[in-house]
Amino acid sequence: MAAGKEIKTKIASVKNTQKITAAMEMVAASKMRRAQDQMFATRPYAQRIAEVVGHVASAHPEYKHPFLIERPVKRVGIVAVSTDRGLCGGLNTNLFKKALNQIGELDDKGVEIEVVTFGTKALGFFKRIGAKIVAEASHIGDSPEMSQVIGPVQVLLKSYQEGNLDEIYLVSNEFVNTMTQDPTIKQLVPVKPSEDTELSHHWDYIYEPGSKEVLDHVLDRYIESLVYQGVVENVACEMAARMIAMKSATDNAGDMIDELQLIYNRQRQASITQEISEIVAGAAAV
Amino acid sequence: MANTIQVDIVSAEEQIFSGEAYMVYAPAVMGEVGIAPRHTPLISPLKPGEIRLDMGDGKEEFFFISGGILEVQPHVVTVLSDTAIRADDLDEAAAIEAQKRAEEALADQQGDLDVAKAKAELLAAAAQIAAIKKLRKK
Repeated sequence: MAAGKEIKTKIASVKNTQKITAAMEMVAASKMRRAQDQMFATRPYAQRIAEVVGHVASAHPEYKHPFLIERPVKRVGIVAVSTDRGLCGGLNTNLFKKALNQIGELDDKGVEIEVVTFGTKALGFFKRIGAKIVAEASHIGDSPEMSQVIGPVQVLLKSYQEGNLDEIYLVSNEFVNTMTQDPTIKQLVPVKPSEDTELSHHWDYIYEPGSKEVLDHVLDRYIESLVYQGVVENVACEMAARMIAMKSATDNAGDMIDELQLIYNRQRQASITQEISEIVAGAAAV
Repeated sequence: MANTIQVDIVSAEEQIFSGEAYMVYAPAVMGEVGIAPRHTPLISPLKPGEIRLDMGDGKEEFFFISGGILEVQPHVVTVLSDTAIRADDLDEAAAIEAQKRAEEALADQQGDLDVAKAKAELLAAAAQIAAIKKLRKK
């Protein structure tokens, strides 16, 4: 019964793993709800500021902010948002694949790339492919704060304003629903004015103190809020993806246990049959 | 309610207040402003300070903000509040810190790489063991 004992131990170890994955699934599910709540809580701000920017960008004040002017593209900045921890299915892999495609295209055109990473997974990936990482933020936690986003984003915005970068993209996961997370690439700068702002009646704000100061103030925050939203959304994606991954791991472990149990039973039966036939054969010989 | 104005106070992290008020007082950078219903469209950065809402019947609501943006339209006042304390030199310090972290991470060639390598080796070993087991069964 040596083989039988081996299978028994194997079943026990798979059962232990199953317990862990089941627990992780439940933790991820409750964290996902919280992350989703946070995601929804950030929406009003993002919506309002997008409206304001859309209006300001299309109102043509006397001053054109550099964030609104398109330039020939020679250098591009990428903000890559990933998770800090693994075990969340293909979430990061899909995102990096998408980013890599884009980077390849840019590379063919001879465009140079600078990267800002959020999360240890993006840091590791871009380090491995030898990209130029100018800033990073990791160990963001389950509820990101705005203050964690400002620094890394400022690095890119400053180098954009100095003319070192001509475009900035945000690469992150979009939360469609629990089952689907879409890797997306969004252009952050130059800011594209949203088309749905009504331009029928031409009115403009009173800018206080002046349109330049106000635009500086608003646009910085607009871009930060976009990145912040990306980071928050990515947390929700991470939890959803982990939940699904752990669910299928738990299911697989269950299947495995069933299979092993079957093998174990068969072997036990075989060995009993063998013993009986040995005894019978022995008795017959006597 | 014709003589009230819709007020939304939101920060990047959450919605803080949404409701009607008779009058809004906010600390704009050029000095405190009072906004009554049907005010001309106005946009202005805000200083750290207090937003005061006149709720009628002598009732008032106060909100402390650490800066942000005030947007006024005839029937809506929106306060986009900052969550973090902002100043140009503080922002720069945060930027420099983020850059430093990246440099450190890049300089630290081991760590992650070693882990990745070890993981790859582990996977290869596991595959070998599985293959051997299969062969033995035959």
